[in-house]
Amino acid sequence: MTTQPSDTSGQSIFLTLARFREVGITVFIVLLMILVSLRSPNFLTLDNFEDILLNISILAIVALAQTMVIITRGIDLSVGSMIGLVAMMVSFVLLEHPEMSPWLAVLLGMLIGCALGCFNGFIITVGGVPPIIATLGTLSVYRGAVFLYSQGTWVNAFEMPQSFKLLAKGTPFGLPNLVIFAVVIAAIIYYFLNYTRPGRDIYAVGSNPAAAQVAGIRVQRTIFMVYVISGLLCGLAGVLWASRFEAAQTNTALGFELQTVAAAVVGGVNIFGGSGTVSGVLLGALLLGIINNALTLVRISPFWQLAAQGSLILLAVIVDSMILRRLQQTLSGRKTA
Amino acid sequence: MADHILSMSNIYKNFAGVRALQGVAFDLYPGEVHALLGENGAGKSTLIKIITGVHQPDDGDIVLYGEPVKFDDPRASQRQGIAAIYQEPSLFPDLDIAENIFVGRQPTRAGGQVAWSQMYHAASELLNSLGVHLDPRTKARNLSVAQQQMVEIARALSVQAKILIMDEPTSSLTLAEVDDLFRIVNQLRDAGTAIVFISHRLEELFELADRVTVLRDGAYVDTKLISEVTTESLIQMMVGRQLSDLFPKLDVEAGDIVLQVECLSRDGAFQDVSFTLRQGEILGMAGLVGAGRTDVARAIFGVDAITGGRVIINGQPVTINSPQQAMRLGLAYVPEDRQHHGLVLPMHISHNITLPILSEFASQGWLDTGQEQQSATEAATQMEVKAAGLWQRVRELSGGNQQKVVLAKWLATKPRILILDEPTRGIDVGTKAAVHGLMSQLASQGMAILMISSELPEILGMSDRILVMREGRLTGQFSRTEATQEKIMLAATQAVEQV
Repeated sequence: MTTQPSDTSGQSIFLTLARFREVGITVFIVLLMILVSLRSPNFLTLDNFEDILLNISILAIVALAQTMVIITRGIDLSVGSMIGLVAMMVSFVLLEHPEMSPWLAVLLGMLIGCALGCFNGFIITVGGVPPIIATLGTLSVYRGAVFLYSQGTWVNAFEMPQSFKLLAKGTPFGLPNLVIFAVVIAAIIYYFLNYTRPGRDIYAVGSNPAAAQVAGIRVQRTIFMVYVISGLLCGLAGVLWASRFEAAQTNTALGFELQTVAAAVVGGVNIFGGSGTVSGVLLGALLLGIINNALTLVRISPFWQLAAQGSLILLAVIVDSMILRRLQQTLSGRKTA
Repeated sequence: MADHILSMSNIYKNFAGVRALQGVAFDLYPGEVHALLGENGAGKSTLIKIITGVHQPDDGDIVLYGEPVKFDDPRASQRQGIAAIYQEPSLFPDLDIAENIFVGRQPTRAGGQVAWSQMYHAASELLNSLGVHLDPRTKARNLSVAQQQMVEIARALSVQAKILIMDEPTSSLTLAEVDDLFRIVNQLRDAGTAIVFISHRLEELFELADRVTVLRDGAYVDTKLISEVTTESLIQMMVGRQLSDLFPKLDVEAGDIVLQVECLSRDGAFQDVSFTLRQGEILGMAGLVGAGRTDVARAIFGVDAITGGRVIINGQPVTINSPQQAMRLGLAYVPEDRQHHGLVLPMHISHNITLPILSEFASQGWLDTGQEQQSATEAATQMEVKAAGLWQRVRELSGGNQQKVVLAKWLATKPRILILDEPTRGIDVGTKAAVHGLMSQLASQGMAILMISSELPEILGMSDRILVMREGRLTGQFSRTEATQEKIMLAATQAVEQV
């Protein structure tokens, strides 16, 4: 080639830039932590951190599922309802069969979630309905199913077997099982997205669907797959939710879909598809968890908490995109020089 | 010569009742470059998409390596060693070069784990064999068009393609990049690859192709050795009629100078461009893609700022800082990229037409919709827009009718100076003739028209005078009588002393 804009110096800037995507969030997290610990001495304690991790574990699992969907240019708004429905159904089964192994409950939950995800994928790929509309519909349908199934009743802590409660809270490996679940799932998804062909196909489909078709990737099958995975992970999340909160109610995980989208976007996932990393989303979930925790610790009035939470999320995204834009300007400046 | 590698006969294909191909034949030998020629809409792209399995023929036989085949999807044709580089970008901007090359068939270790290091290594080797020095870890979004094309060629090489299809690969390349591409195409041909090459630049075909097949309106015209044809005979085969029928430019007595451009410059885009445009005149602007013609038009219209020189309209020096200002001075600019710059696709025809002149129908912030409708109807009728009604969405119209809507939109502003950027790119022969007829009519009514076009027959047929640009400078100026294809190509492609 005669023109070589991407010489080695440009290359190293790109690499720094790529790394910086996550450094941006990290910097924000560290700043926030410093500020909060100045106000509240209880913040920087092991106990508090274990609490934060416990609180974001389910969010992290579902946000990663959401991320895979968003990478394909889709969105899954039904995750909260799927979690609610699975939590309710599995809890009712446990009422009937308290002797059931918690692992069987996990399997059952994932099977139900898988079926719900299949239905989403079916409407979207075979029915040709845009994902946002399809999952907006099933958000209501699945939530409605919770009411139909439970007839408006709920399952309380004293009705749940001890073995099931320990599924999320037990600490045989030093950390709560819930956190270990999240770490294992994150590791599996990391491997899947980076080291398997179906995982790489997800990025290809989101980056350029027409080209993916021409390149021989089965686009519709890939899209179907991400909704099934989303359902599967919501199934797992539903069981973990019931175990952690020792209850299944009709409003379990109501509105949770917004938090998963927020964690993904704060974590640098492109809402228009094509890019997003596991590490970024985990940091996004962590940031959300820290914000929630901090607002309680520095005793923000509960009336203000939701607004403050939203403002901090916006601030994080704005700071991140400003850093990114500044870097790109420096980069293009270098190019013409 | 060796046996056929591919032979297609009697190919038929309809799209929703529209005949795209009717009885087309095409064959291919190993180690040849076979050009596929035809006007836009002649069926070249459809034929190619049948070869690559994107479309399935309604009827006809395809014989590959002596065996009849039927491709249900692109994957099936890829497995048989057919690779294609399409006109529209088909890279993945978010993925790096290596993965773009191996997408869908990344090398894996036992157990299905993607072997990244092996992939980067193989990508480097492929790029090196093409004489291209790019880091395979670079994301595709950071590549130039030429570099993207090299990645696509590398992808074709990586599947060990026996047949490589290139759909207008040179349309967005600079001359040096075209040379690079031709070197690689020759290298592949010598290695025995059969290449299908589509280009509208006839001179490229004479340089590169061994044989040429011409299609017209979805029908097969003929296949010839390149040594048997001339530019004229090829054009005749493509359009099926004499050039003079196609370009009905009336002779108009040129009036006063309405637009004068003096030493106009914009750093990094063009330098020292000077010309005049008279009432009733069509001034053609020729040159290769990237010569800076569009930049000049945008600068005159106030979209991009100029860094030197001046513009004089009706004898008055003016500074134009925005398109609104340009419109008030009687200028209209019809951009090249209809879909992005010319139309709002989801909006109705009538709303598209009245977009630039909405303020005329507004009093105290309220629109007089009756007047708006009337104005839109007038413009659409004049342009003979074919649609179910003015409420139809522009998205649903054919390329030719979309172009008519764009023209109607700017005519509604009643301009005195009309700048047309590739007015007939991508539209069928019939609409093309209608657009040409309209241009001629507008000129005879006294409008001054600056027409940018990359199609030499159009330039030669429609222009009263012709300007040629190359690499941001004017390199030639010809009257209608002295201009020839050769003179224009020479000025467009070679360093000629400033005129």
